[in-house]
Amino acid sequence: MTDILCGILVMLARMAVVLAVVFGLAAYMILVERKLLGRFQVRYGPNRVGLFGLLQPIADGLKMLLKEDIVADGVDRRIFLIAPAIVAGAALFSFAVVPFGPTFAVFDRPIAQVIADTDVGLLVIFGLSSLAVYGVALGGWTSDNKYSLLGGIRGAAQMISYELALGLSLVPVAMMARSLNLTDIVSAQATLPFALSQPVAFAIFVVSALAETNRIPFDLPEAENELQAGFHTEYSGMRFALFFVGEYVNMILLGSVTAIFFLGGWNGPLLPPIVWFGLKVLAVPVFLIWTRASLPRLRYDQLMALGWKCLVPLGLANILVTGALLAAGR
Amino acid sequence: MTALGALFYLLSAVMLAAAGLAATRRNPIHAVCCAVVAFLASAGVFTVLGAPLPGALQVVVYAGAIMVLFLFIIMLLGLPVGQGSVPATRLAAPGVLVGASLVALFTLLIRDPAGLTPLPAATAAPGAVGAVLFGDYWLAVEAVSILLFAALAAVLLLGRARRGHKGGEPA
Repeated sequence: MTDILCGILVMLARMAVVLAVVFGLAAYMILVERKLLGRFQVRYGPNRVGLFGLLQPIADGLKMLLKEDIVADGVDRRIFLIAPAIVAGAALFSFAVVPFGPTFAVFDRPIAQVIADTDVGLLVIFGLSSLAVYGVALGGWTSDNKYSLLGGIRGAAQMISYELALGLSLVPVAMMARSLNLTDIVSAQATLPFALSQPVAFAIFVVSALAETNRIPFDLPEAENELQAGFHTEYSGMRFALFFVGEYVNMILLGSVTAIFFLGGWNGPLLPPIVWFGLKVLAVPVFLIWTRASLPRLRYDQLMALGWKCLVPLGLANILVTGALLAAGR
Repeated sequence: MTALGALFYLLSAVMLAAAGLAATRRNPIHAVCCAVVAFLASAGVFTVLGAPLPGALQVVVYAGAIMVLFLFIIMLLGLPVGQGSVPATRLAAPGVLVGASLVALFTLLIRDPAGLTPLPAATAAPGAVGAVLFGDYWLAVEAVSILLFAALAAVLLLGRARRGHKGGEPA
């Protein structure tokens, strides 16, 4: 009985820690993005609220919560209300299978630093990332507004196209790790991270993951200069903020996933594992912000051509080469 | 009843209710949403039964890819949005057909003693499934993939012939 109670307590504690860390990181990632973008554009960025603007995310959150939650006439009410929650929920749920470090022992009881250590972790992350498109597509469709609809359709087409390349880039990882379990994938990179042994897969993964998170240069679903704000034009208050939080949670998820699949997870010299993992996770959002400040938006036909004519054939060829090398190395 | 048993019945109830709603909604978007819920619940049922691989595949393939395509096409066509549910009289014939096939399926299952023994969950592990699929059934897998490729090429050909241009950059 005490075993079960302890198990439940440990499980709840793990969920609480993961949720708190992810939400806190997402809120401050917004501040980091605004600060960095400011520096890239030769201005200061937010620096009025608190020391160095450190209380800005809290002020923003309060403002969003207190704003009126407008539901426009002509929208499909139930779907309108649930669409932002799908985006944020799918991103948060993925953290259930993300391992944050090796298993350690407290009072001779092994504690894994992951909520659900499943044998199909890679597939779960992949599946949940493909569910997020429902939030974008449904939010765009239900708003009863042609700009939102165009944004939603673009989002659906873009995410279907790049999911294929994303999946193909992860196949060599599973082939080399000989497992779909995320902890096993990290231990397979104890000596050499897959980013070095699989550079092509790494490049395809980064580009298609960028497209999956709908960020510049792939932010066509919300292209401001042609679609106002795309799928979230009609949203206001906390529901708009949920779309926003979903995007930043997705950035952190992308960081964790990149660290696990390609950067060697928590493996690293000198520093403790969790520090290495944190550094690798945070490096990816900074890269995303830097890309946003540097690159213009792609045109729609360029986006589709890059996905279907370049990334997908390259991914297939990479799988063939990896398979041949693995078979020859036996 | 164990906690897992309770979860199994809860998820099954959600799955059946969502599938029923998906079959009777007149609004195509609502039908798609209900179908997605049904697929997610069936993924949960697989996981509760100790086979997370079919569950994950259910999410990746059906909920995450096929239903997104349905949604995409419905949004693209801008179909007129219906209200409420399909009248029961129109559901009678398909209902009878589905019921009859279910009865036939269960009769076959009960007759064959091998059909009643549950497979060990280890057979659903990713490695085991891969070995069976690409070791024992590689010919069937290849045949299906060639069939799908032929269908893809045929669709491409039909779509091109109707539009009557050779592709390339639009002017």
